[in-house]
Amino acid sequence: MMVVPSLKLQDLIEEIRGAKTQAQEREVIQKECAHIRASFRDGDPLDRHRQLAKLLYVHMLGYPAHFGQMECLKLIASSRFTDKRVGYLGAMLLLDERQDAHLLITNSIKNDLSQGIQAVQGLALCTLSTMGSAEMCRDLATEVEKLLLLPSSYVRKKAILTAVHMIRKVPELSNIFLPPCAQLLHERHHGILLGTVTLITELCERSPAALKHFRKVVPQLVQILRTLVTTGYSTEHSISGVSDPFLQVQILRLLRILGRNHEESSETMNDLLAQVATNTDTSRNAGNAVLFETVLTIMDIRSVPGLRVLAVNILGRFLLNNDKNIRYVALTSLLRMVQSDHSAVQRHRPTVVECLRDPDASLSRRALELSLALVNSSNVRAMTQELQSFLESCPPDLRADCASGILLAAERFAPTKRWHIDTILRVLTTAGTYVRDDAVANLTQLIAGAQELHAYSVRCLYSALAEDISQQPLVQVAAWCIGEYGDLLLEGSCEETEPLQVEEEEVLALLEKVLQSHMSLPATRGYALTALMKLSTRLRGGSDRIRQVVSIFGSCLDVELQQRAVEYNTLFRKYDHMRAAILEKMPLVERGGPQVDGEAEESKETQCSETALVSTESQASKLLDLLDLLDGTTEDAQPSPSLDPSPRGTLVHLLDLPCAPPPPPSIPDLRAFEREGLQLSLSFVRPPGTPALLLITVTATNTSGADVTHFICQAAVPKSFQLQLQAPSGNTVPAQGGLPVTQLLRILNPNKAPLRLKLRLTYNHFGRSVQEIFEVNNLPVETWQ
Amino acid sequence: MIKAILIFNNHGKPRVSKFYQPYSEDTRQQIIRETFHLVSKRDENVCNFLGGLLIGGSDNKLIYRHYATLYFVFCVDSSESELAILDLMQVFVETLDKCFENVCELDLISHVDKVHNILAEMVMGGMVLETNMNEIVTQIDAQNKLEKSEAGLAGAPAHRDAYIFSN
Repeated sequence: MMVVPSLKLQDLIEEIRGAKTQAQEREVIQKECAHIRASFRDGDPLDRHRQLAKLLYVHMLGYPAHFGQMECLKLIASSRFTDKRVGYLGAMLLLDERQDAHLLITNSIKNDLSQGIQAVQGLALCTLSTMGSAEMCRDLATEVEKLLLLPSSYVRKKAILTAVHMIRKVPELSNIFLPPCAQLLHERHHGILLGTVTLITELCERSPAALKHFRKVVPQLVQILRTLVTTGYSTEHSISGVSDPFLQVQILRLLRILGRNHEESSETMNDLLAQVATNTDTSRNAGNAVLFETVLTIMDIRSVPGLRVLAVNILGRFLLNNDKNIRYVALTSLLRMVQSDHSAVQRHRPTVVECLRDPDASLSRRALELSLALVNSSNVRAMTQELQSFLESCPPDLRADCASGILLAAERFAPTKRWHIDTILRVLTTAGTYVRDDAVANLTQLIAGAQELHAYSVRCLYSALAEDISQQPLVQVAAWCIGEYGDLLLEGSCEETEPLQVEEEEVLALLEKVLQSHMSLPATRGYALTALMKLSTRLRGGSDRIRQVVSIFGSCLDVELQQRAVEYNTLFRKYDHMRAAILEKMPLVERGGPQVDGEAEESKETQCSETALVSTESQASKLLDLLDLLDGTTEDAQPSPSLDPSPRGTLVHLLDLPCAPPPPPSIPDLRAFEREGLQLSLSFVRPPGTPALLLITVTATNTSGADVTHFICQAAVPKSFQLQLQAPSGNTVPAQGGLPVTQLLRILNPNKAPLRLKLRLTYNHFGRSVQEIFEVNNLPVETWQ
Repeated sequence: MIKAILIFNNHGKPRVSKFYQPYSEDTRQQIIRETFHLVSKRDENVCNFLGGLLIGGSDNKLIYRHYATLYFVFCVDSSESELAILDLMQVFVETLDKCFENVCELDLISHVDKVHNILAEMVMGGMVLETNMNEIVTQIDAQNKLEKSEAGLAGAPAHRDAYIFSN
């Protein structure tokens, strides 16, 4: 077998670059790694650093290199600088604190820290500050402390930053590193000063006690900064004519922390800050970096008002700067102070809004955040207008934030309910797919609560839906509204919108279109289906059509829709008398409650009907006493069961619509009453499984030319029976065959006594009030046998 | 603090990658990929900042510059001044230029370890260490000399006293 010699690093790099495909590259690397492994095992130790260097290179490209970890240790332990250099680099790249192996270099680091070659000490410190774990830091803290006060500034500056890292890993070590700071601040070497300021900043951020302690160095910091600012051009650390801008920025940050909420310190800084703010050369980036930091510091400490105004104005100027970087930083800075100095930032609102239109996505994102923060009750209309137009054209990754931002602002500051509805509507139309899930619930809640706007809302939503059925949240809200307020939609006139003539067929067709569209989510279909059901009681005709559609979905693959369809179908077939009551208008849902959907609607209907039931029950018992009829006709003198069984239990039983029981024998309807066009008809159902139960639906229709208003129907039965009346679907029976009023009577007849029923009607018709009391004749025997 | 310093070419191939926080190998590669993806989408005349990204959420930013065939990217958190980091990047590039004499991508490719050494003299533990180009270059030269002398005396231990530098 021919031994292929391993490559030098340069050659390896060349070969990798020469590979034409990923697979080729992998092959080259795998081959070389095999060599490296072999060399690690039994190669020349002097060559080891070259092998590791190669390994580190392939590691950077993403290939596994963990087998080099032990080699790092060996190289670090070597006495040669060349070995240590690569070894420590490898340690930084391959070892991290999550692997146990990392602890093994602690001893080597310790040795290297205390020997005299500063290049080696530098390596050790660098590695320690990059990957030193808490454990390592604890072990080596005293070594590092010793190095802080050595003569070599090279080692000292590295030791200082290592100390910062150690404090981050092991906060208790602050105790060791706090004392030397004061002395270090007297040094002149910029690297040491930079590190020291960083160290002090870290200490202050971690401990209020340290913060208090270091307030006393504020004068010294001010002095250092003043020297930097007033010194002429110096070659040493200046960038574009600004003396060591990095150190200036770092000092300004520390001053900010020390001066925050502290009058005395703030006062000490005021003059200097003013000086920097007015004298810094802003033609180059370095000067601007210092100026921005100054502005942030001014705004954060207890500065004099004049200085604050100056600062905000500087930012305002920067918003108009040609340099995009400057504009970006200006927006960021303004965002930071929008809470604390709201009115000052408000003055720049027009410019901020301009930045929304910037093609640079970074800038428009910042401008969006700031714009949203600037919306208040006085500018909400104008701002929303701007944000809406931004929403129409903004990059996709900002759409969700923009949409939810507008909705939130609308919720907080909406001047009128109508404006609020319009705004949400517009957002749903523009960016419907990007809104959060609760937007639908929020909008339906909002609309439901604004009774005066029901007609307006349903019209707007209908028009929007007719144009576009693809935006799911919009479709869901529109379907819900059409279902709830379909009657208002058809009524024809509403002052707030253009006259809209809508035919029943159109409405049904639209909902059917939603149901059938492939763009509609299952949840959306659920909304549409329920809406159709509701319309079956709100429209005059169309019941058959609706029933057809509903029954189609009885075999839908989606389980949720199938269940609904089957239940609704059953509602048509066997519980038709209850349909109106069940599909009544929704009561106002509690804010923050569960998502409003079909199931929740039904249970809320239950609760609503229960409360109505309780009141009509007491009326019924009063009526019995009053009418004093039908006493003791039964042979079985059993004590009548209590007249108030718990409503909750019985209604749940009532609404427990079974899926497919055998159809009960149908009992013919009975025309019970007729007067001047008002007709009362009774339909009967005896549910299987409960032979004692009889359900009667009283339906009042009006073929006359005048409405019947204030319609109340009461009933009475013999003592051995139990009677419950549900709340009627309404109190007005509209003229000309308008929507009938229905009411459900529930009669328990445990003794199977012959049924007798008296009705009492009161209403207004043709301007007169009418009262009628009569017994219902010709009750079919099937109602009680 | 600086979370990472990345240099990759126009095709996303990493040339230098230095992380100052412990990330797993997979995460590191993912960061490189995502950073490249974001940065390469940017137009030429936009600002040099990108906010709110993978490595840590909205607190972090990318500060980047496009030099010929290379992207230099500094991933920092909110405690760093954006404009100051831009200057730091500039110092870094100028130092590379000085050390390699008109640096180009090939230099970075062939001498990746040297780039790491230079970087280590400027940024340590995610914090800015030294920004004076002359100091940095002086140190690098001294270290290179040390290596060269060892190569010449292969096997012999280096003499300590000769290599303690005054500052």
